[in-house]
Amino acid sequence: MKKSFYNVYREYRDLDFGVVYDNIDKVQIIRTLRSDRISSRGFLALLSPEGEKLIESLAHRAHELTMRNFGKVIHLYTPMYLSNYCDNECAYCGFKLDNKIERSTLTLEEVRRESDFIAGKGFENILILTGGSKEAAPLDYIKKCVRVLRGKFSSISVEIYELTKDEYKQLIDEGVDGLTVYQEVYDEKIYDKVHISGPKKDYVFRMEAPERALSAGMRTVNIGTLLGLGDWRKEAFFAGLHAKYLQDKFPEAEISVSVPRIRPQVSGFKPFCHVTDRGLVQIITALRVFLPRAGITLSTREGAFLRDHLLPLGITRMSAGSSTKVGGHTKCTAAVDSEQFEILDKRELDEIRKMLSDKGYQPVLKDWVNFWDNARAATTTIA
Amino acid sequence: MDDILKIGGREIRNRFFVGTGKFARKGIIRDVLEASGAEVVTVALRRVDLDSKDENVLDYVPEGRILMTNTSGARNAEEAVRLARLSRAMGCGNWIKIEVIPDNKYLMPDNIETLKAVEILVKEGFTVLPYMTPDLVCALRMAAAGAAAVMPLGSAIGSNRGFRTEEIVRIMVKELDLPVIVDAGIGQPSEAARCMEIGCDAVLVNTALATAEDPVMIAGAFDLAVKAGRMAYLSGVEPAIEGAEASSPLTGFLRDQE
Repeated sequence: MKKSFYNVYREYRDLDFGVVYDNIDKVQIIRTLRSDRISSRGFLALLSPEGEKLIESLAHRAHELTMRNFGKVIHLYTPMYLSNYCDNECAYCGFKLDNKIERSTLTLEEVRRESDFIAGKGFENILILTGGSKEAAPLDYIKKCVRVLRGKFSSISVEIYELTKDEYKQLIDEGVDGLTVYQEVYDEKIYDKVHISGPKKDYVFRMEAPERALSAGMRTVNIGTLLGLGDWRKEAFFAGLHAKYLQDKFPEAEISVSVPRIRPQVSGFKPFCHVTDRGLVQIITALRVFLPRAGITLSTREGAFLRDHLLPLGITRMSAGSSTKVGGHTKCTAAVDSEQFEILDKRELDEIRKMLSDKGYQPVLKDWVNFWDNARAATTTIA
Repeated sequence: MDDILKIGGREIRNRFFVGTGKFARKGIIRDVLEASGAEVVTVALRRVDLDSKDENVLDYVPEGRILMTNTSGARNAEEAVRLARLSRAMGCGNWIKIEVIPDNKYLMPDNIETLKAVEILVKEGFTVLPYMTPDLVCALRMAAAGAAAVMPLGSAIGSNRGFRTEEIVRIMVKELDLPVIVDAGIGQPSEAARCMEIGCDAVLVNTALATAEDPVMIAGAFDLAVKAGRMAYLSGVEPAIEGAEASSPLTGFLRDQE
């Protein structure tokens, strides 16, 4: 086993993708689609321009594998922003240090109110987020927030600045069971360019965050690349390899991949490359065929029409009733007009549930038992 | 024909067990149970939400069926034990199917951790049915620890690849003094029938039902197949003979001498 995913990245970093694409033919892709042992090169073939020509076959195989592994079930969650202070200058982000926006960090009372509101809608799986400021939202503060949440939700995930293994362990001990951390861009040079300053500039520390969390015992990890920064075929390739690496190294964990496309935000950042809907479909279906058991997450960054049609192609998790603003659910702070990025699918949980049912999917809100969960657990005298 | 399967003090007449994951809607589970007459239903505790104001999967389990919660999501014995205790505390009864799966790629169970959980939960009075990779020696140890039945997999969960572990399960059926229930991988009614023909005590099916276009109809088909396989087993039907009889007799010389 490689020391970390960075070693795997370095193995492929200098690969001439153009030459590889030139040597891929239709027969090879069809053979890959029929195989149940797909190599990294096979995965790249699925993502190649030649693979795009066979997108319908790719979609059928992806659908079949999704049905077999996950059935007619979609997991639902919602994000809750705790703070938008940030020490990083990331070119593409609405919360970056330089942006003149209203900043806020929820008080614990606001966390209580906001989370009561979210739980009241029926959510069981919550994703809490902060900006990249360890000063404005220190680990201790996040732990206190988790204590407020853990009686109300059966699964708590965090999407925060990178932590050490010991810090992840502290969060797990408080009741956190999931981590979302995107590499944003696997291309190391572009990473360096768009992460202008701040602690996030450390590419390898960011890249190894999922491994640190998993070795601390994290149950689920969701990774991803922000589509629009690097060459999307390469980026999807590295995201898939990263997920595969984590699955191999931590087989007990649930690994999932997000496919976020850059959305407009306040600083007006223009993506370096455009990922079309067709490109997004190719990424999702290639990921599913390469990693039949991985989760694939689709957020409200995409519009309702597209989300509904992407469902059968491999999606297993969706967000609903989302807001990317601090206190955005109850509109309790002054920063409520400052969003991290624009969301496109504004549908509430009930509307998403109805859409799923109409399409023949069971919306699943609860899929874990948080052992901190309420008095019921206490009565069982856990040894 | 009075053919009763006894597990944990309960008498079961229908040997087709049903899983409740992966269905397009929870409500269809009731129709599946009614169409098939299945008496034993397994539900993942991680999906049960008694506090929810909405429909709960348990609402669709008709009166009189045996609810067997499972510890899906547990990665080790400790988590399985916690889930089992929580299940009982939530009023889901005493039957627990132990699933300890530290492998998210193939969903292969950990027989060693499963055995540990069996040992603990039997002492706490649960009716324990461990899901396992077919392994006679481990199954004997589970039996010794007080498991109520063992549930070897037919092939990987959700794979619909059929009864691929037949050779090992056949030995388990022969050697174990407790019910053997094939669980996972059964994709076609004919495969369920095959399990029963070789003497398995019951078959549990989920994915094949949930992903069929008509889950209710296929549930009925599985019910019939399980019944047919069981009847064939009880009938003492001549098993298929491997290879043909030798054409030139090997003991002919005895007659020649006489």
